[in-house]
Amino acid sequence: MSTTALNTTAMTAMESQTNMTSLQRVVMTLRCIQRGHREPDRVPFFLLVTMHGAQELGLSIQEYYSKADNVVEGQLRMWAKYRHDCLYTFFYAAIEVEAWGGEVIYSQDGPPNSGDPIIRTLEDIKNLEPPQVRHTACLNKVLQTTERLKARVGDQVPVIGVVMSPFSVPVMQMGFERYIELIYEQPEWFERLMRVNVEFCVEWAKAQLEAGATAICYFDPVSSPTIVPREVYLRTGFPIAQRTISRFTQRGIASPTAVHLASGRSLPIADDVAQTGAAVIGVSGVEDLAELKAACRGKLTLLGNLNGIEMRRWTPEQAEGAVKRAIAKAGPGGGFILSDNHGEIPWQVPDEVLLAISEAVHRWGTYPLDWVKDDGG
Amino acid sequence: MPELDEAVSRFERALLALDRLMARHVLIERDGLETPLQRVEKLVVPALERIGQDWEQGTVALSQVYMSGRICEELVDALLLPGSADRKSQPQMAIAALQDYHLLGKRIVYSVLRASGFELLDYGRIEAGDLVHRVMNDHVEIVLISTLMLPSALRVKDVRAMLKASGYDAKIVVGGAPFRFDDYLWQEVGADAVGRNASDAIDIVNQLAGGQR
Repeated sequence: MSTTALNTTAMTAMESQTNMTSLQRVVMTLRCIQRGHREPDRVPFFLLVTMHGAQELGLSIQEYYSKADNVVEGQLRMWAKYRHDCLYTFFYAAIEVEAWGGEVIYSQDGPPNSGDPIIRTLEDIKNLEPPQVRHTACLNKVLQTTERLKARVGDQVPVIGVVMSPFSVPVMQMGFERYIELIYEQPEWFERLMRVNVEFCVEWAKAQLEAGATAICYFDPVSSPTIVPREVYLRTGFPIAQRTISRFTQRGIASPTAVHLASGRSLPIADDVAQTGAAVIGVSGVEDLAELKAACRGKLTLLGNLNGIEMRRWTPEQAEGAVKRAIAKAGPGGGFILSDNHGEIPWQVPDEVLLAISEAVHRWGTYPLDWVKDDGG
Repeated sequence: MPELDEAVSRFERALLALDRLMARHVLIERDGLETPLQRVEKLVVPALERIGQDWEQGTVALSQVYMSGRICEELVDALLLPGSADRKSQPQMAIAALQDYHLLGKRIVYSVLRASGFELLDYGRIEAGDLVHRVMNDHVEIVLISTLMLPSALRVKDVRAMLKASGYDAKIVVGGAPFRFDDYLWQEVGADAVGRNASDAIDIVNQLAGGQR
């Protein structure tokens, strides 16, 4: 686990727990998992909004993602509006397959989807060449977005970059069914694919860090016990995460990394994830935050776990209730960042709900969380 | 029937270990004790149901559900030849992935139903309008719709509306991640039933078919 890079950029002014910047708040939260560290001023709040930026700018989703400046403007407007503690340079998951030459299909009301697989035969794996990050237009847009956001906000707020894990991206590269069969039945081809994917993932993460990303979110849903059993994870996704995340460095300093299982379960592998080099774990709404907190204490900060699908039809009161329950279970002692459970807020979630969530975090997330004891939480 | 329970447990363990030979051996052991269809109903279906429930409880992984379904499908195809009389006493059914390019969920349900002795049409990935057109042309009575993304799940509303406007009465069964994360979504989109795991489809189809099997 490493938070070194964050620590070196945001140590100052944290001794005072008032008027913290978002970056200071997040750093202090991450440090809380070490014994003896104090809680920050408030539970950090990562509202992982992506497509809503298009709504802010009155653009279609396809138009929005056509220029880095749109995403920069969208992220900044949403940051001002929802008062959350990060900027998020994630465009859409399929961008990585687009970079490898795959098709991306836009939707009017959802994230762009990957089309037909780019790996159709095992021979295709042999011929696979990773894209050169700086020379790939779609990736370059993300890097421009990162650079421009960083130039605008400096060290006030963390800029979160995103990579798909080498172990999970084949779902889009070759289709889920054939990938599962590859994992179980063709270990040599599987290893070959992983070698190429790891190299790309490391280059992609490092390019984002150089562009100004504060931390990397490593999306790895296939590693979740929802998708593969732990014994398979231990010989596949786990060593792959270790050898990939250990290379997420900038000027020799390890980058803070969140392993996000994108709604998948994590409890049975929480100890293992702590050994991958990750500082944070993105957890699912199907698991109990209090149990997760107990399992991750001293090892990982939790990121989660509001139900993004259900959120679409919450009332402001329901939103407040969900935020309070999450904070009561995981907030005390720090080591908790409130977020959704998938890493992307669905397009259909209305403004009123997002504003109600934000309001509730600011109201109920202020440390010390004395109300939790009063409520018997 | 402890002997049968033991056989189901052994069959389930073989499936979860991806041990095709052992799974086949357990099925063959009961040759002569039951008809092929009875073996499917007493051994294969309960094992797949347990695996589906275990996935929902978080003790079995989706990769195991998928591989178990594939193995059972191969074994049952050898027991009940496609098109055999045993497979025909059922409503006309079709399955589709609506709009999404993620086909795993559909493939798992397809395998589980075929491994349970059902025959069904596989429409692959399809848009709402085309789905309605094919359902009506093929006189489908039960259409199973799999989705991964929320926008696709919401498109089931369009399928229901188009069927209604055409005066065609087909039962809609939905499944997939959005329905697992929102307990009320299936009603909102006008489905007749929701499956929380692949083996739920067996019970749902039997119920909707009104005991035709």
